[in-house]
Amino acid sequence: MGLAKRIIPCLDVDGGRVVKGVKFVDIRDAGDPVEIARRYDQEGADEITFLDITASHHDRDTTVHMVEAVAEQVFIPLTVGGGIRTVENIRTLLCAGADKVGINTAAVANPEFVREASDTVGNQCIVVAIDAKQISAPDAPSRWDIFTHGGRKDTGIDALEWAQKMEAYGAGEILLTSMDRDGTREGFDLELTRAMSDAVGIPVIASGGVGNLQHLVDGVTEGGADAVLAASIFHFQEYTIGEAKQYMQQNGIEVRL
Amino acid sequence: MQTVAIVDFSFGNLRSVHNALRSLAEPGTDIRIATEPADIEQADRIVFPGQGAARHCMLALRQKSLADAVLDAAQSRPFLGICMGMQVLMEYSEENDGVDCLGLFSGRVQAFAPHVERGSGFKIPHMGWSRIEQTPHPLWENILDQSRFYFVHSYYTAPRDEEAIAGRTDYVLPFASVIAKDQVFAMQSHPEKSGEHGLTLLRNFLNWDGQC
Repeated sequence: MGLAKRIIPCLDVDGGRVVKGVKFVDIRDAGDPVEIARRYDQEGADEITFLDITASHHDRDTTVHMVEAVAEQVFIPLTVGGGIRTVENIRTLLCAGADKVGINTAAVANPEFVREASDTVGNQCIVVAIDAKQISAPDAPSRWDIFTHGGRKDTGIDALEWAQKMEAYGAGEILLTSMDRDGTREGFDLELTRAMSDAVGIPVIASGGVGNLQHLVDGVTEGGADAVLAASIFHFQEYTIGEAKQYMQQNGIEVRL
Repeated sequence: MQTVAIVDFSFGNLRSVHNALRSLAEPGTDIRIATEPADIEQADRIVFPGQGAARHCMLALRQKSLADAVLDAAQSRPFLGICMGMQVLMEYSEENDGVDCLGLFSGRVQAFAPHVERGSGFKIPHMGWSRIEQTPHPLWENILDQSRFYFVHSYYTAPRDEEAIAGRTDYVLPFASVIAKDQVFAMQSHPEKSGEHGLTLLRNFLNWDGQC
């Protein structure tokens, strides 16, 4: 169709620094977001996502400064998620140089927030992040609920219906994380990804569980994802983004090389 | 030394455009965010980026009395439209139940949605990296034909005049992703977010004399 499937490395940041061990061999300071973002850009990342895990509200200013610093030197789309609760938060991040923001808990607490945000800054800026977990019995039709609080709290809301509602409220994209697969390295939840991709008319980013390059391919070909997000396989240089793209291309997927 | 004005008429990400131009411009270049007509009138070249909805953008242009200065600049100095800054150069946009635009180019801005069937695999917004098939123009210098640029949009530009098309992209349907006329070059994609190729295009723009 002419549109490349996107590969998006995801970085956890705390107090304006990248955490959770990014270990590039030739990077002097493994926590420097600018250096790491520049590296991913050079490798061919199609976007970069920062997940802000800063606990205290006060320290969030450091995230804004980090976005400013990265946006001065890296000229591909930047998404920032985590802890975004108000339109003012969104404005601040976009003015700092972010292109999109990820909204998760605040959308569940108040869906109108998504509408208000989208009306104000445009749906192209609004990514609704969904943490989904399978809750159906093994022999029953599949059903996934959305969970909040890092996957501990079941909201009782059906993930697919929620995504459709968020699309109607003005989400421009869905970042779908499988809580069952996150951190397992067993691959995406492909059934969930496919169901989600079929359920909405906006792009879906698959996340959670990538352990090798075939998982990225499967996310697109079987899951129907428009983009694939991964963290650890890139952080430790098991694979470069360039290798991931080569592999996807060899498997018939259109990528930007 | 030259002055480059980035026109502020929407809630767009002006900082990224500013950052990208800053990183490319020669030392001493004055790159400023233009919020009033005088800023545009004094500039040697104009960058006209935009994001958000057409109605809001046109309203902002009129409320800030920028529309005349923008039209004047587009007919006299090198002028680069980006995203919504391309769309509002047309006569009319279908967005927001219909909005009259600046009319520098004849033709309309139309929605992808009526052309998309669910299950077709096409998602709206068109978001990501698509190829641009170039029509010869000085701003394509050192950029390979069919290079990919970063797009985010739900409406596309349909110029009436074939000769105005400086680039074509295929998503849902083939559409004019770049239009150009005299000293105006306007593109749907975001050069400030399109990595190497986008930076090359912006550099070409900074050095362009406005001749085709």
